[in-house]
Amino acid sequence: MNMSPEALRETARHMVETVPQASALGFRLLSVEPSKGSILTPWREDLVGDPDTGVIAGGVITALLDHACGLAVTSMGAQHGFLATATLDLRIDYMRPAAPRADVTAQAHCYKLTRNIAFVRAHAFDSDPEDPIATAQAAFVLKRAEAG
Amino acid sequence: MSPTQRLEAFLDRVPYVRFLGMRAELAGDEMTATLPFSPHLIGNVTLPALHGGVIGAFMEMTALAQLSVVQPSAKVHKTIDITIEYLRPGKAMTIYARADVRKIGRQIANVHVEAWQETRHKPVAALRGHFMLSGT
Repeated sequence: MNMSPEALRETARHMVETVPQASALGFRLLSVEPSKGSILTPWREDLVGDPDTGVIAGGVITALLDHACGLAVTSMGAQHGFLATATLDLRIDYMRPAAPRADVTAQAHCYKLTRNIAFVRAHAFDSDPEDPIATAQAAFVLKRAEAG
Repeated sequence: MSPTQRLEAFLDRVPYVRFLGMRAELAGDEMTATLPFSPHLIGNVTLPALHGGVIGAFMEMTALAQLSVVQPSAKVHKTIDITIEYLRPGKAMTIYARADVRKIGRQIANVHVEAWQETRHKPVAALRGHFMLSGT
Protein backbone atom coordinates (compact mmCIF):
# COMPACT_ATOMS: atom_id res chain seq x y z
CA MET A 1 0.00 0.00 0.00
CA ASN A 2 3.03 2.23 0.37
CA MET A 3 3.23 5.06 -2.09
CA SER A 4 6.55 6.26 -3.47
CA PRO A 5 7.57 9.79 -2.44
CA GLU A 6 7.09 10.85 -6.08
CA ALA A 7 3.54 9.43 -6.25
CA LEU A 8 2.69 11.01 -2.90
CA ARG A 9 3.94 14.37 -4.10
CA GLU A 10 1.90 14.06 -7.29
CA THR A 11 -1.26 13.23 -5.31
CA ALA A 12 -0.55 16.16 -2.99
CA ARG A 13 0.11 18.55 -5.85
CA HIS A 14 -3.19 17.55 -7.43
CA MET A 15 -4.99 18.16 -4.13
CA VAL A 16 -3.34 21.51 -3.45
CA GLU A 17 -3.21 23.04 -6.89
CA THR A 18 -6.12 21.67 -8.95
CA VAL A 19 -9.02 21.56 -6.47
CA PRO A 20 -11.09 24.57 -7.64
CA GLN A 21 -11.21 26.42 -4.29
CA ALA A 22 -7.50 25.75 -3.62
CA SER A 23 -6.60 27.01 -7.08
CA ALA A 24 -8.88 30.08 -6.67
CA LEU A 25 -6.98 30.95 -3.49
CA GLY A 26 -3.64 30.39 -5.25
CA PHE A 27 -2.46 27.61 -2.89
CA ARG A 28 1.04 26.22 -3.47
CA LEU A 29 2.34 22.90 -2.19
CA LEU A 30 5.52 23.43 -0.14
CA SER A 31 6.12 19.91 1.16
CA VAL A 32 4.45 16.60 1.85
CA GLU A 33 5.57 13.45 3.64
CA PRO A 34 3.58 10.68 5.34
CA SER A 35 1.45 12.36 8.06
CA LYS A 36 2.63 15.90 7.28
CA GLY A 37 1.87 18.60 4.75
CA SER A 38 2.67 22.25 4.20
CA ILE A 39 0.87 24.77 1.96
CA LEU A 40 1.41 28.46 1.18
CA THR A 41 -1.24 30.98 0.20
CA PRO A 42 0.11 34.15 -1.46
CA TRP A 43 -1.27 37.51 -0.30
CA ARG A 44 -3.75 39.03 -2.72
CA GLU A 45 -5.76 42.24 -2.66
CA ASP A 46 -9.07 40.41 -3.15
CA LEU A 47 -8.45 38.13 -0.14
CA VAL A 48 -8.18 40.97 2.38
CA GLY A 49 -10.46 40.85 5.42
CA ASP A 50 -9.75 44.26 6.90
CA PRO A 51 -9.33 47.04 4.31
CA ASP A 52 -7.90 49.39 6.99
CA THR A 53 -4.85 47.16 7.47
CA GLY A 54 -4.55 45.05 4.28
CA VAL A 55 -4.44 41.88 6.40
CA ILE A 56 -5.58 38.66 4.73
CA ALA A 57 -9.09 37.51 5.83
CA GLY A 58 -9.56 35.03 8.65
CA GLY A 59 -11.71 33.01 6.25
CA VAL A 60 -8.71 32.44 3.98
CA ILE A 61 -6.70 31.16 6.97
CA THR A 62 -9.64 28.87 7.83
CA ALA A 63 -9.69 27.41 4.31
CA LEU A 64 -5.89 27.09 4.30
CA LEU A 65 -5.75 25.28 7.67
CA ASP A 66 -8.65 23.00 6.65
CA HIS A 67 -6.88 22.12 3.41
CA ALA A 68 -3.50 21.54 5.11
CA CYS A 69 -5.17 19.23 7.67
CA GLY A 70 -6.82 17.33 4.80
CA LEU A 71 -3.44 17.04 3.08
CA ALA A 72 -1.82 15.58 6.21
CA VAL A 73 -4.62 12.99 6.51
CA THR A 74 -4.45 12.12 2.80
CA SER A 75 -0.71 11.60 3.07
CA MET A 76 -1.43 9.08 5.87
CA GLY A 77 -4.08 7.43 3.71
CA ALA A 78 -1.44 6.65 1.13
CA GLN A 79 0.29 4.51 3.79
CA HIS A 80 -2.68 3.06 5.64
CA GLY A 81 -5.11 2.14 2.92
CA PHE A 82 -8.12 4.36 3.32
CA LEU A 83 -9.65 6.08 0.38
CA ALA A 84 -11.45 9.18 1.47
CA THR A 85 -11.97 11.38 4.46
CA ALA A 86 -14.52 13.88 5.71
CA THR A 87 -13.91 16.62 8.27
CA LEU A 88 -15.85 16.10 11.51
CA ASP A 89 -14.78 19.24 13.26
CA LEU A 90 -12.19 21.96 13.06
CA ARG A 91 -11.23 24.36 15.82
CA ILE A 92 -9.14 27.42 15.06
CA ASP A 93 -7.55 29.85 17.51
CA TYR A 94 -6.46 33.16 16.06
CA MET A 95 -3.42 34.44 17.99
CA ARG A 96 -2.74 37.61 16.03
CA PRO A 97 -3.45 39.15 12.62
CA ALA A 98 -1.08 38.29 9.79
CA ALA A 99 1.31 41.07 8.82
CA PRO A 100 -0.18 43.38 6.16
CA ARG A 101 0.35 42.06 2.63
CA ALA A 102 2.05 38.91 3.98
CA ASP A 103 1.84 35.41 2.45
CA VAL A 104 0.69 32.77 4.90
CA THR A 105 2.01 29.22 5.33
CA ALA A 106 0.19 26.36 7.05
CA GLN A 107 1.86 23.20 8.37
CA ALA A 108 -0.28 20.24 9.43
CA HIS A 109 0.56 17.01 11.23
CA CYS A 110 -1.72 13.98 11.50
CA TYR A 111 -0.43 12.80 14.89
CA LYS A 112 -2.85 9.97 15.64
CA LEU A 113 -4.79 7.52 13.55
CA THR A 114 -7.35 5.05 14.86
CA ARG A 115 -9.27 2.62 12.65
CA ASN A 116 -11.91 5.23 11.87
CA ILE A 117 -10.64 8.62 12.96
CA ALA A 118 -7.62 10.82 12.20
CA PHE A 119 -6.54 13.57 14.60
CA VAL A 120 -4.64 16.52 13.18
CA ARG A 121 -2.94 19.66 14.44
CA ALA A 122 -1.91 22.57 12.26
CA HIS A 123 -0.56 26.05 12.58
CA ALA A 124 -0.35 29.04 10.25
CA PHE A 125 2.36 31.71 10.26
CA ASP A 126 3.66 34.52 8.06
CA SER A 127 7.41 34.74 8.65
CA ASP A 128 8.36 32.75 11.76
CA PRO A 129 6.93 29.24 12.39
CA GLU A 130 7.50 29.85 16.13
CA ASP A 131 5.22 32.92 16.06
CA PRO A 132 1.89 31.52 14.76
CA ILE A 133 -1.02 33.56 13.42
CA ALA A 134 -3.41 30.72 14.14
CA THR A 135 -3.47 27.12 15.33
CA ALA A 136 -5.95 24.42 14.44
CA GLN A 137 -7.11 21.10 15.78
CA ALA A 138 -9.24 18.82 13.62
CA ALA A 139 -10.78 15.34 13.52
CA PHE A 140 -11.53 13.48 10.29
CA VAL A 141 -13.58 10.33 9.74
CA LEU A 142 -11.94 7.78 7.44
CA LYS A 143 -13.59 5.72 4.74
CA ARG A 144 -11.61 2.57 4.25
CA ALA A 145 -11.41 0.37 1.20
CA GLU A 146 -13.27 -2.92 1.77
CA ALA A 147 -10.89 -5.61 3.04
CA GLY A 148 -9.91 -8.16 0.40
CA MET B 1 -26.65 54.47 10.04
CA SER B 2 -29.59 52.07 9.96
CA PRO B 3 -28.96 48.35 10.55
CA THR B 4 -29.36 47.69 6.80
CA GLN B 5 -26.81 50.41 5.97
CA ARG B 6 -24.36 48.98 8.51
CA LEU B 7 -24.74 45.53 6.95
CA GLU B 8 -24.29 46.90 3.42
CA ALA B 9 -21.22 48.84 4.56
CA PHE B 10 -19.67 45.68 6.02
CA LEU B 11 -20.37 43.60 2.88
CA ASP B 12 -19.03 46.35 0.60
CA ARG B 13 -15.79 47.06 2.36
CA VAL B 14 -14.44 43.54 2.95
CA PRO B 15 -12.74 42.32 -0.25
CA TYR B 16 -12.89 38.66 0.84
CA VAL B 17 -16.73 38.87 1.04
CA ARG B 18 -16.70 39.73 -2.67
CA PHE B 19 -14.20 36.92 -3.42
CA LEU B 20 -16.66 34.44 -1.87
CA GLY B 21 -19.66 36.11 -3.56
CA MET B 22 -21.49 36.31 -0.25
CA ARG B 23 -24.67 38.38 0.24
CA ALA B 24 -26.87 39.07 3.25
CA GLU B 25 -30.31 40.49 3.94
CA LEU B 26 -32.06 41.75 7.02
CA ALA B 27 -35.70 41.00 7.83
CA GLY B 28 -36.28 43.11 10.94
CA ASP B 29 -33.38 42.18 13.20
CA GLU B 30 -32.93 38.74 11.62
CA MET B 31 -30.16 38.41 9.08
CA THR B 32 -29.83 35.65 6.52
CA ALA B 33 -26.53 35.29 4.68
CA THR B 34 -26.48 33.67 1.25
CA LEU B 35 -23.58 32.19 -0.67
CA PRO B 36 -24.73 31.45 -4.24
CA PHE B 37 -23.02 28.44 -5.79
CA SER B 38 -19.99 29.16 -7.94
CA PRO B 39 -17.49 26.65 -9.39
CA HIS B 40 -14.55 28.25 -7.54
CA LEU B 41 -16.10 27.19 -4.20
CA ILE B 42 -15.75 23.46 -4.95
CA GLY B 43 -13.41 21.42 -2.75
CA ASN B 44 -14.23 17.95 -4.07
CA VAL B 45 -14.77 17.60 -7.81
CA THR B 46 -15.93 13.98 -7.82
CA LEU B 47 -18.85 14.35 -5.37
CA PRO B 48 -19.06 17.38 -6.12
CA ALA B 49 -18.97 19.19 -2.76
CA LEU B 50 -18.25 22.67 -1.46
CA HIS B 51 -14.83 23.14 0.18
CA GLY B 52 -15.09 22.64 3.95
CA GLY B 53 -12.96 25.73 4.46
CA VAL B 54 -15.40 27.76 2.34
CA ILE B 55 -18.32 26.65 4.52
CA GLY B 56 -16.32 27.53 7.65
CA ALA B 57 -15.23 30.88 6.25
CA PHE B 58 -18.80 31.69 5.12
CA MET B 59 -20.13 31.01 8.64
CA GLU B 60 -17.31 33.09 10.17
CA MET B 61 -18.15 36.01 7.86
CA THR B 62 -21.85 35.53 8.74
CA ALA B 63 -20.97 35.94 12.43
CA LEU B 64 -18.91 39.08 11.65
CA ALA B 65 -21.71 40.50 9.47
CA GLN B 66 -24.27 39.93 12.23
CA LEU B 67 -21.94 41.61 14.74
CA SER B 68 -21.53 44.59 12.40
CA VAL B 69 -25.31 45.02 12.65
CA VAL B 70 -25.74 44.62 16.40
CA GLN B 71 -22.47 46.21 17.52
CA PRO B 72 -21.71 49.21 15.27
CA SER B 73 -18.01 49.89 14.82
CA ALA B 74 -15.84 51.76 12.38
CA LYS B 75 -13.51 48.76 12.36
CA VAL B 76 -13.97 45.08 11.60
CA HIS B 77 -14.42 42.93 14.74
CA LYS B 78 -11.72 40.26 15.18
CA THR B 79 -12.09 36.51 15.44
CA ILE B 80 -10.58 34.98 18.61
CA ASP B 81 -11.56 31.35 18.07
CA ILE B 82 -14.04 29.28 16.10
CA THR B 83 -15.17 25.66 16.27
CA ILE B 84 -16.74 24.26 13.12
CA GLU B 85 -18.83 21.08 13.13
CA TYR B 86 -19.43 19.45 9.77
CA LEU B 87 -22.76 17.64 9.68
CA ARG B 88 -23.36 16.88 5.99
CA PRO B 89 -21.44 17.37 2.75
CA GLY B 90 -22.08 20.80 1.24
CA LYS B 91 -23.68 20.17 -2.15
CA ALA B 92 -22.87 22.18 -5.28
CA MET B 93 -25.72 24.61 -4.65
CA THR B 94 -26.53 27.81 -2.75
CA ILE B 95 -25.82 27.73 0.98
CA TYR B 96 -27.51 29.90 3.64
CA ALA B 97 -26.53 30.81 7.18
CA ARG B 98 -27.94 32.57 10.20
CA ALA B 99 -26.04 33.81 13.22
CA ASP B 100 -27.30 33.91 16.80
CA VAL B 101 -25.42 36.37 19.02
CA ARG B 102 -25.59 34.52 22.36
CA LYS B 103 -23.82 37.13 24.42
CA ILE B 104 -22.25 40.53 23.94
CA GLY B 105 -19.89 41.56 26.71
CA ARG B 106 -17.79 44.68 27.00
CA GLN B 107 -14.98 43.20 24.91
CA ILE B 108 -16.08 39.81 23.65
CA ALA B 109 -19.07 38.38 21.82
CA ASN B 110 -20.13 34.73 21.66
CA VAL B 111 -21.87 33.81 18.39
CA HIS B 112 -23.41 30.58 17.09
CA VAL B 113 -24.00 30.09 13.35
CA GLU B 114 -25.86 27.40 11.45
CA ALA B 115 -25.64 26.78 7.69
CA TRP B 116 -28.10 24.86 5.55
CA GLN B 117 -29.00 24.24 1.89
CA GLU B 118 -32.30 22.58 0.97
CA THR B 119 -33.96 22.76 4.36
CA ARG B 120 -33.09 24.47 7.61
CA HIS B 121 -33.94 21.29 9.48
CA LYS B 122 -30.96 19.55 7.90
CA PRO B 123 -28.01 21.81 8.69
CA VAL B 124 -24.83 21.30 6.68
CA ALA B 125 -22.53 22.75 9.34
CA ALA B 126 -22.47 24.76 12.55
CA LEU B 127 -19.99 27.21 14.02
CA ARG B 128 -19.44 28.55 17.52
CA GLY B 129 -17.02 31.41 18.00
CA HIS B 130 -15.70 34.21 20.16
CA PHE B 131 -15.01 37.62 18.67
CA MET B 132 -13.10 40.61 20.03
CA LEU B 133 -15.23 43.71 19.62
CA SER B 134 -13.62 46.79 18.11
CA GLY B 135 -14.42 50.20 19.58
CA THR B 136 -17.05 52.40 17.95
